[in-house]
Amino acid sequence: MTAVRRIVLWLMSTLTVLVLVFGYHTSTSSTSATASASGGSTVLAPVTGGTGTTSSGTGGTSSTATTVTGDAASTRWGPVQVELTIANGTITDVSVVEYPNNNGQDRQINARALPVLVQETLDAQSAHIDMVSGATVTSDGYVGSLQSALDRAGL
Amino acid sequence: MSRPTRYVEHVMGLPISLALRGRHTDDAAARAAWVEVMGVLREVDRVFSTYRADSAISRLGRGEVGLEGCPPEVAEVLALGATAERESGGAFSVRLPAAGGGTVLDPSGVVKGWAVDRAAAPIRDLADTDFCLSAGGDLTCRTLDAAGAPWRIGVEDPADPGRVLAVVPVFTGAVATSGTTHRGQHLVDARTARPPSGVASVTVVAGSLTWADIDATAAYAHGPEAAHWLETRPGRSGLVVWDDGTTTVVAPVLQTADRHP
Repeated sequence: MTAVRRIVLWLMSTLTVLVLVFGYHTSTSSTSATASASGGSTVLAPVTGGTGTTSSGTGGTSSTATTVTGDAASTRWGPVQVELTIANGTITDVSVVEYPNNNGQDRQINARALPVLVQETLDAQSAHIDMVSGATVTSDGYVGSLQSALDRAGL
Repeated sequence: MSRPTRYVEHVMGLPISLALRGRHTDDAAARAAWVEVMGVLREVDRVFSTYRADSAISRLGRGEVGLEGCPPEVAEVLALGATAERESGGAFSVRLPAAGGGTVLDPSGVVKGWAVDRAAAPIRDLADTDFCLSAGGDLTCRTLDAAGAPWRIGVEDPADPGRVLAVVPVFTGAVATSGTTHRGQHLVDARTARPPSGVASVTVVAGSLTWADIDATAAYAHGPEAAHWLETRPGRSGLVVWDDGTTTVVAPVLQTADRHP
């Protein structure tokens, strides 16, 4: 346990992370969504130290996960507060613990559901997708659609 | 993880696709839930179809019956439509401009997402089971294990519906896309009665499919302002594909600008 605690404290003391909470930026269709934000209304929520807790106490160094909660940042929609999960020095998850639209469900969704542009358009199989969202597919248009290929593959 | 078990049927002129993973995927409980889902959707179609002259919504639109003479869901849907009209500055409306002047009652822009949210109830009751339920490209899903795998939702390329432009990993939530790829030009800006310009499709991620669907349609109706309008909707993320093939991500991006160490 001593080893774990020392690692956690070291992580917290050196942690300075900015999380882009709201972003609005334009990119061409082949540009990754992780390009730096260039729009007029980005919100960066700072996580500097904050409150850390360990979620694994089994000792050793391989399974230690730390969560760090940042200070609430004011945004045009209200306060936003983010929480990072760090394992082995790498940020493994980011979630919003305080969200302006104080709705637990939306909070969970938006912590995890960023559309990620693929580098090149892919067919369904190489994109490893479960379902397709697209302009309304009618029953007439279903045969031959991506979704029907996925459905057939699973049957 | 093994591949999800899938079900497909058609109702309301739409393909309904269900994927299940977890405890109940192919047993009696799962099959009974699927039958119930389709039953709810067929009932919604009977009440809300604008293609059926005898549906409650058609009779209401013709003035043959008042709201009090309709099933209570009609008032619920019209209230949602009124909220959506207000919040979209009038771009979205359940009263669409009619060909010969005046307006025609068409709550289709509200009904689909709302209906699928309702129809998913029996699947939500399946213990220890994840689901993804889609109606013609608008879907709602659930993942019970937060440490598990999200559903991976492909966003169709409006210029080439056989391909995927983006992937949204969704644990629990809804994804809806509005555009004209498969049905031709049927969406209009209710303020101008004209099809919006400049935008090919809008995909919205939200907590409920009711609001993902409404906001996708409303954002699309805003045309060149689609991304700006969507940006004002807290709790939504999304992808706008413009008709020149460029894209705009509107999202609580949640990326790290600086990474330790």
